[in-house]
Amino acid sequence: MDVKFESWKEIIKDENIVFKKTKVLTDNVLSYCPGCGHGVAHRLIAETIEEMGIQDQTIGIAPVGCSVLAYEFFDIDMQQAAHGRATALATAIKRLYPNKFVFTYQGDGDLAAIGGNETLHACNRGENIVIIFINNGIYGMTGGQMAPTTLEGMVTSTSPYGRDPQMMGHPLRITELVAMLPGTYYVTRQAVHKPANVRKTKKAIRKAFENQQQNKGLSFIEIVSNCNSGWKMTPVEANKWMEENMFKVFPLGDIKVDGELVKEL
Amino acid sequence: MGEIRLMMGNEAIAEAAVRAGCDGYFGYPITPQSEVLEYLMAENPYERTGMVVLQAESEVASINMLYGGGAAGKRVMTTSSSPGISLMMEGISYMAGAEIPCLIANVVRGGPGLGTIQPSQSDYFQATKGGGHGDYYLFVLAPSSVQEMSDFVKLGFEIAFKYRNPVMILSDGVIGQVMEKVELFDPIPRRTEEEIIKECPWATTGKTPDRERNIITSLDLDPIRQEKHVMHLKEKYDKMKEDVMWENIKTDDAEYLIVAYGSSARISQKTIDLARAEGIKVGLFRPITLYPFPDKELERLSKQVKGILSVEMSLGQLVEDVRLAVHDRVPVEHYGRVGGSIHTPFQVLNALKEKIVNKY
Ligand SMILES: Cc1ncc(C[n+]2csc(CCOP(=O)(O)OP(=O)(O)O)c2C)c(N)n1
Ligand code: SF4
Repeated sequence: MDVKFESWKEIIKDENIVFKKTKVLTDNVLSYCPGCGHGVAHRLIAETIEEMGIQDQTIGIAPVGCSVLAYEFFDIDMQQAAHGRATALATAIKRLYPNKFVFTYQGDGDLAAIGGNETLHACNRGENIVIIFINNGIYGMTGGQMAPTTLEGMVTSTSPYGRDPQMMGHPLRITELVAMLPGTYYVTRQAVHKPANVRKTKKAIRKAFENQQQNKGLSFIEIVSNCNSGWKMTPVEANKWMEENMFKVFPLGDIKVDGELVKEL
Repeated sequence: MGEIRLMMGNEAIAEAAVRAGCDGYFGYPITPQSEVLEYLMAENPYERTGMVVLQAESEVASINMLYGGGAAGKRVMTTSSSPGISLMMEGISYMAGAEIPCLIANVVRGGPGLGTIQPSQSDYFQATKGGGHGDYYLFVLAPSSVQEMSDFVKLGFEIAFKYRNPVMILSDGVIGQVMEKVELFDPIPRRTEEEIIKECPWATTGKTPDRERNIITSLDLDPIRQEKHVMHLKEKYDKMKEDVMWENIKTDDAEYLIVAYGSSARISQKTIDLARAEGIKVGLFRPITLYPFPDKELERLSKQVKGILSVEMSLGQLVEDVRLAVHDRVPVEHYGRVGGSIHTPFQVLNALKEKIVNKY
C-alpha cells in the first residue's frame, strides 16, 4: 500500500499536470445523468470565465430544466429564474450593470416553448448578453415529454406514437429564427459529444463572451446535446442517434457571425 | 418645503420613482396606468439620474426584469393594472420566495377578465392574500391621494429593502387619473455599486474573492429546509406589523364607523360630513397598509361603535378582514359599486342608514 501511495505522490506533481478542473466549477457532485451533455457545457463556460479572468464580474442565470441547480456547480453569483424567463432577468441585470458579464443557460423547453416570447424579444432588442441554449429535443427534467424541438416521428412520453407534425407542430428551429433578427450579433450551433466538437464549442463560448466584452451585442449558442435518460438509450447509443437524426434537422456550424448571416436559411 | 406641482396620480408615481433613486423601471402599457411609462419615456430619467426605463414585451417580462434587477440589489419597479398584474403573479411569487425587494403599483380597473378600464377595488384579495402560488404576502400600501402616490414610492422602496420583500402600491383608476396638488420630496441619489454591495451583501453583484458566491433562488427540494425557509418568511411577515399604518377621521365621538381605503376612503370622507350634518355621529377608519392590516386599532375602535359599514368598490373583499378584526363584536355590513362604477357620497350615506344606523 505504502509503495503505491508513494508512486501516486511522484506522479501528481505540478510539472506533470496537463489538466485541472477549473476553479470556477465547485466541487459539488453534478446532478446530471452520466453521459449527458450538460456537464461538459458547464465546464466549457466555467473554463472560459476563468481564462478571461471575469469570475468576479459574471452573473449567470439558470431557469427551470435539468440545469435548474446550475448554481450549485458554478462558483459565481447566480440567479435561478422561473421557467422560460431567464432572458428577461438577463436584460435587466445587463442594463443595470453594463460592465458585468451576463449569461443565461437554458433548455429547449425553457427557451423555445414557455420562454419563446422572452427569447425572441431579448434577441430582437439585441441585449448585450450571452445565451447558451441546450437543445436535447426533449423535456429532460420532467421525465421525457415532447419539446418544441422534438423531431418528427420521435417517441416521447407525450408523443407515445411519435411526433405527428399535423397534430403537434413541427420541430422549432428557433436558432435560425433568432439569426434573422437584426438584434443578434453571433448565432452558432455546436455540439459537445466528441473532443473536436468540444473544442469548437469552447471557441464559440469564448467568442460570445468576448463579443459581450466589446459591447457587440447578443450572442446565441445552441448546443445540440443528448438526453440519454429521456431518449431511453445508453450514452453511446444516444450520441450516435443524435448524429444520425438530430444533426439533420439541427445542422452544426455558424449561422451568423459579426452580425452577418453566413449561411442560407 | 418641496416642489409643488399639479399632477395626475400616475405622473406622480413616475416622478417619485426618479426622485426616489429608482435604478430601473420596466413596464407594459395598459389603461388606466399607461401615463407612468409615457411620463418616464418623455422625462428621459437616464439623463437626470442614470435610471433605466424599458418598455417590456409583456407584464410577464417586466416582472422578471424586476427579478433580475432586484436580485442584483437595484431599486426596481413596475406599474400595471389588473389584467397585467394577474400575469405577474408567477414572478411575484418567485420574488417573495427568493426574497427580492421591488416595488409594484397596481392601478386597479374593474374585472374579472378584461372587464372595464374604469376604477375598481376588486383586486384586494389578490394583493393582500398572496395572489400567486405558495405561502407568501406582499407589503401593501393603499394611497388615497396623489400626494400619497408620490410619498409611497419612496416609502415602498424603504420597506422593500428593509424586509427583502416585494411591496405593492394598490391604487385604482380614480387615484391614478385624478389631478391634484402634490408636494414632491427632494431627490435621493441612486446608490452607487459600493453602497449596494454594503447594504445588500446578498445581492448578485459578482463574486469577489473575499466572499462566497451569492445565489438567488426560491428552490429548495429538501422539504425540511424549505419548511425552515417558509417559517423564516413567516417571521418576516409577523415583523411587518411594526410598520402598520392607518388614519382615523372623526372617530373620537363616533357611534358608527365606516371602514374604507383608497378612493373609497376619499368618497366616504364626504359621507361622514353629510351624516354628521344630519346628526349621525360617524367616523372613518382608513387602513393605509392593507397588509399588514391594522386589525388591533380597528378592534379598539369597534368597542365604541354600534355598527360598521365597510365601503369598497368590490363585491366585498376588505369586509372579510374587517369582520376578522372585530370578532363579531359589532355588526359589519358591506357596501360598494362594482364593475367600474363608482359610488357617490350620497349612495354611501344611504347605505349607512339602511344597513347600519336604522338597524342598530
Ligand atoms: C410554469 C412551469 N411550468 C412547468 C414546469 C415544469 N417543468 C420543469 S422543467 C420543464 C421542461 C424542461 O425542459 P428543457 O427546458 O428542455 O430542459 P432539460 O430538462 O431538457 O434540460 C418543465 C415543463 C415548471 N417548472 N414551471
Ligand atoms: S434527464 Fe436528460 S438532460 Fe437531464 S441530466 Fe439526464 S440526460 Fe441530461
